Amino acid sequence: MKIKLSFWKLVFFFLMAAGVYATYVRFAKGLGPSTNLSDQFPWGIWIGFDVLCGVMLAAGGFTLTAAVHILNIKRLKPIVRPTILTAFLGYVLVSVALLFDLGKPYNIWHPLIMRNPHSVMFEVAYCVMLYTAVLSLEFAPIVLERFNLQKPLKIIRAVLIPLVIGGVILSTLHQSSLGTLYLIMPEKLHPFWYTPLLPVFFFLSAIAVGLAMTIFESSMSAKHFGRQLELPIIQELGRVLLVVLSVYGILRFEDLLHRGVLKLLFQPSYETYLFWLELTLALILPLALLTQKKVRMTAGGLYVTAVLVVLGFITNRLNVSITGLEGSAGVRYIPKWTELAITAAIIAAGFALFGLATKYLPIFPSETEHVAHEPEVVVGSEVLSHAGD
Amino acid sequence: MSKAILYDATLCINCKQCEAACAEKNQLRYDDAVAAEDRQSEHKFTVVLAKGDKYMRRLCMNCADPACASVCPVAALRKTPEGPVIYEASRCMGCRYCMVACPFGVPKYEWNKLVPRVQKCTMCSDRVEAGKQTSCADACPTGATKFGERDELITEAQQRLHDNPGKYVNHIYGLNEVGGTSVLLLSSVPFEEFGYRTDLTRDPLPLFTYRVLSRIPDFIPLGGVVLGGVWWITHRREEVAAEEEPPKKTVFYPSSDPSQGDRRAK
Ligand code: SF4
Ligand code: SF4
Ligand code: SF4
Repeated sequence: MKIKLSFWKLVFFFLMAAGVYATYVRFAKGLGPSTNLSDQFPWGIWIGFDVLCGVMLAAGGFTLTAAVHILNIKRLKPIVRPTILTAFLGYVLVSVALLFDLGKPYNIWHPLIMRNPHSVMFEVAYCVMLYTAVLSLEFAPIVLERFNLQKPLKIIRAVLIPLVIGGVILSTLHQSSLGTLYLIMPEKLHPFWYTPLLPVFFFLSAIAVGLAMTIFESSMSAKHFGRQLELPIIQELGRVLLVVLSVYGILRFEDLLHRGVLKLLFQPSYETYLFWLELTLALILPLALLTQKKVRMTAGGLYVTAVLVVLGFITNRLNVSITGLEGSAGVRYIPKWTELAITAAIIAAGFALFGLATKYLPIFPSETEHVAHEPEVVVGSEVLSHAGD
Repeated sequence: MSKAILYDATLCINCKQCEAACAEKNQLRYDDAVAAEDRQSEHKFTVVLAKGDKYMRRLCMNCADPACASVCPVAALRKTPEGPVIYEASRCMGCRYCMVACPFGVPKYEWNKLVPRVQKCTMCSDRVEAGKQTSCADACPTGATKFGERDELITEAQQRLHDNPGKYVNHIYGLNEVGGTSVLLLSSVPFEEFGYRTDLTRDPLPLFTYRVLSRIPDFIPLGGVVLGGVWWITHRREEVAAEEEPPKKTVFYPSSDPSQGDRRAK
């Protein structure tokens, strides 16, 4: 255990060091020298992965708050906090990534006073901004509780339901709008991915990924913090995931059918291979697995499925934002090391912050609830000594 | 009212006077090396392409309903009533959505600058506003590049097509492409030869996103009521229970205990 922890520590510091150096290159030399972006290919992985995938991976926040607070599914309550934490960290990190990508990051606040309501990006900017505010309010009780501040806690609890409703609406809007971003380029985006249904697909897949991420996180925290969600909860998530994926799959198939793209699926090409990769990871394998009772009922099986779904939809976002545009741009885009280093550092920071938060804040339904309170002091100080692992 | 540029490739002699005039107008370097470059860039807003003795100009089409302006979150790009699509660098935050959205791949970026700008032909908007013609039209010795009222130029282009059967490809490029543009092109060889796509939609591109965006104001109250309603229904049972029993302290999060445990331990 000790060796394993210091190995990850080493990886973490290596990634952070590379990230710091890459940050220096980015801001001292500019976008040109620090990226492989060009006039032909102006958006790379900072948009395709950090922003598109980042927002998608944070979708568990609104999915679970809606399930628990609106649909009143009480069994899922114990996992609301970890998903809110993930979502909050996710959005903060997306904003950080955006600062790297924008040519003039210090103008990031401009949409506040310079409005263009016809721009999808403008709408996304507002939704993300407001939703991050909502998330920090949803997250605040966890911190307030830790320090036992009852007054502000009461206020937030009183407005929790309107807050949750607002959060769900804002999420629906910007999760789908990230797909709408690409509707303006019917001639540029490859027909595998360009469809008027892009917003619907982005929204549905965000829900699927939100569920998958919750399953994934639960297993991760079981490994690293010895805390795990009860199997029945994960099984329930698996069931919902199966339904969402089936709906998505059918819609996706019907869309390809009606747009007459199905025949293209069997013509060998760069796009075809990556399309099949996406489909296999996001739909074919997870559906095959989830329909097996053996898989759906075990934590291990659900974990594997969740990882596949997450990887599959990451492939989907990268296909929409990169693969699908390479053909019309007439160039191949491969990210530069600096782009990868900054992305990796941001992910590493996300993991570290998640780890820290679960240690210091009441995130997981801790076992201490069922155990006497006295031994917790010991647990607490041990946790402190591992800070930053 | 709206102005336009008509470029007739059959009159062009590849003298590149338009390139030079454009560089001078926009205070860009222009020498033999730049003249030899055959693609638009952040330092070259217009190029004359040559294939044998056939020529073709490339410049911003200054679309009637420009995708670039529609996607810009801060309205740094704007279509003026006179025709030009202009750019205000101080508003721009450098998201480069305009570059991704433009169907002609026109906007270019100053990748190597620390304070980068989007760069493109803005149809000499200051000159046009002052009632003058664009620098490139001004410099053109043969009249291949002609500036004028869009309506009149369309009539003239149609006349040229009509009077010279077989000379031209029977198509005024820019008349209907993406809803029409303020740059109109005539050519004797297919436009695709010079990279102009002829399979572009006739709908203005901003429509494609607007169809979705325009639903949002309707969606918000609807979503609010549906979600609120579902909440009201799903929590009804608890309300009933609460009325029958003496009220219990409701805690939204079940794990408020650890913090209290902490305190007690101290
Ligand atoms: S050609 Fe491109 S840059 Fe020029 S106005 Fe049209 S959309 Fe904008
Ligand atoms: S790069 Fe500048 S001009 Fe282009 S869309 Fe973004 S903010 Fe607007
Ligand atoms: S209209 Fe003006 S800016 Fe555009 S190509 Fe001609 S000279 Fe250059």
